[in-house]
Amino acid sequence: MAVGTVDAAASAWERLRRAAGGPAALRIFSFVLLLGVWSVATLADPSGQVLPAPWVVLDTLWYHLNEEGLLYHLSVTLWRVAAAFFGAMVIGVALGILMGARRRADIILDGWHILFLNMPALVLIILCYVWFGLTEVAAIVAVALNKIPNVVVTVREGTRAVDRELLDVARVFRVDRRTTFLRFFLPQLYPYIMAAARGGIALIWKIVLVVELLGRSNGVGFKLHEFFQLFDIAAVLAYTLSFVVVMMVVEYGVMAPLERRCTRWR
Amino acid sequence: MHPVAVTAGLTVDIRRKRFAGDGRTPPHTAIENLQFDVPLGQFCCLLGPSGCGKTTLLNIAAGLDSEVDGSVDLHSETAQTRPAVSYMFQTPRLLPWMSVRDNVDIVLDPPARADGRGVKLLERMELGGYLDAYPTRLSGGQRRRVALARAFAIRPALLLLDEPFVSLDQPVGNRLREILLDLWQAQPTTVLFVTHDLNEAIYLGDRILFLSQPPSSVVHDAAVDLPRPRTPDSPVINTFRTGLLDRHGGLLAGAAGSTTDSGSSTP
Repeated sequence: MAVGTVDAAASAWERLRRAAGGPAALRIFSFVLLLGVWSVATLADPSGQVLPAPWVVLDTLWYHLNEEGLLYHLSVTLWRVAAAFFGAMVIGVALGILMGARRRADIILDGWHILFLNMPALVLIILCYVWFGLTEVAAIVAVALNKIPNVVVTVREGTRAVDRELLDVARVFRVDRRTTFLRFFLPQLYPYIMAAARGGIALIWKIVLVVELLGRSNGVGFKLHEFFQLFDIAAVLAYTLSFVVVMMVVEYGVMAPLERRCTRWR
Repeated sequence: MHPVAVTAGLTVDIRRKRFAGDGRTPPHTAIENLQFDVPLGQFCCLLGPSGCGKTTLLNIAAGLDSEVDGSVDLHSETAQTRPAVSYMFQTPRLLPWMSVRDNVDIVLDPPARADGRGVKLLERMELGGYLDAYPTRLSGGQRRRVALARAFAIRPALLLLDEPFVSLDQPVGNRLREILLDLWQAQPTTVLFVTHDLNEAIYLGDRILFLSQPPSSVVHDAAVDLPRPRTPDSPVINTFRTGLLDRHGGLLAGAAGSTTDSGSSTP
């Protein structure tokens, strides 16, 4: 009897331990740990100016959301991210396929590709602003140019790995070129395009802020610059937090479902 | 030489097919002086040792390889355009991101698709319950049935098959051979069937062409005059096989070398 009770208690404890070690629990633990470290770290800054506490940041976020047009600047930045992202993906995928499929094109474009791949983001931004003026187009082109070479690398690799045997099926059965491209060729590139898109969103969003800081009068980057000059760290962190939330929504609301759709046959 | 029928389905006349080496592989003559005709609607099996250029020949016939000294001509009395050719490869080569239904429909023109021709063929092959499944969910035998449905769906004037039933269990392979013959009789077409299994060739073919070691040419042309339907691995087939080997043992040594196993080996 006593042994049975001990066993039941042990198994209950075991279940609890297992749940506590589950992925969801670990994520929550990780998040709480972050907040804890942050809160403790604020003790080192009694002024609250250099490292404001989490609740202060949240409070600031609420204020900017309601009084200071955070949503406006956020949406302007998001629009630039989207424009640069789609531009870079379309051009990068097209160039990547061309360079992966045609050896001559690869040889001709390879030098340019390496040049742009190694060009610092800041240089491209400065040159675009100098040559095209401090305009919206210049800003978006500068961001896209930074991303295109990375997309090309991934998509070119994918194109080289395409299964020729499946393309032979299309040839034998005389499938027209359009269908061959869209249904025999392109699906083989989806994993590579998805990888390029994932990395692309993360990189583009960071570069967009720099572009805004240097030559735009709205957007998250512009605001961060302003807060930096006012030494308003709480606002800097509030904007950061809001954008991280937006990017998580993009990741879980758009990218992850898209990827599931592309790979549901696996 | 086989008598040339007026309605010859296929005329193969390849003087030479060479593969230029590329540093790692030396140049290699795959086919030399390979000539034969296949009459309209004949089921012709090509038997030969591994690496004797059988797949190369099918690739040329399918139009996938045009760098060849010679020609493979397809005659048709009715069609004005180049007659349709189907190819069933050694592996099923289905598109993994498309459902079973789409895998067949994708090679059809819109009227045939609207007609539901692909679905009817799949249902006939007992795949009616798998129309929306992805190929990765199917067994090896089922995938080959889809590939077979795809091959017949376009109503080909010429059907090429490259050892399509290797690496299958004997019962699964036999069932597929039965389905192939069933479809071929319902929808007559000229067939080139490559195999290295003599029993399979005798079971399926109207005729067996024995190819030599590379550079390959025809070393023997045997008509298979057994009545249909035939039974796989039956005494009739074994007697026919023994007769062939007795009469042409020396000549067929290369081709028959790999026929001691009964078709379950991989190339």
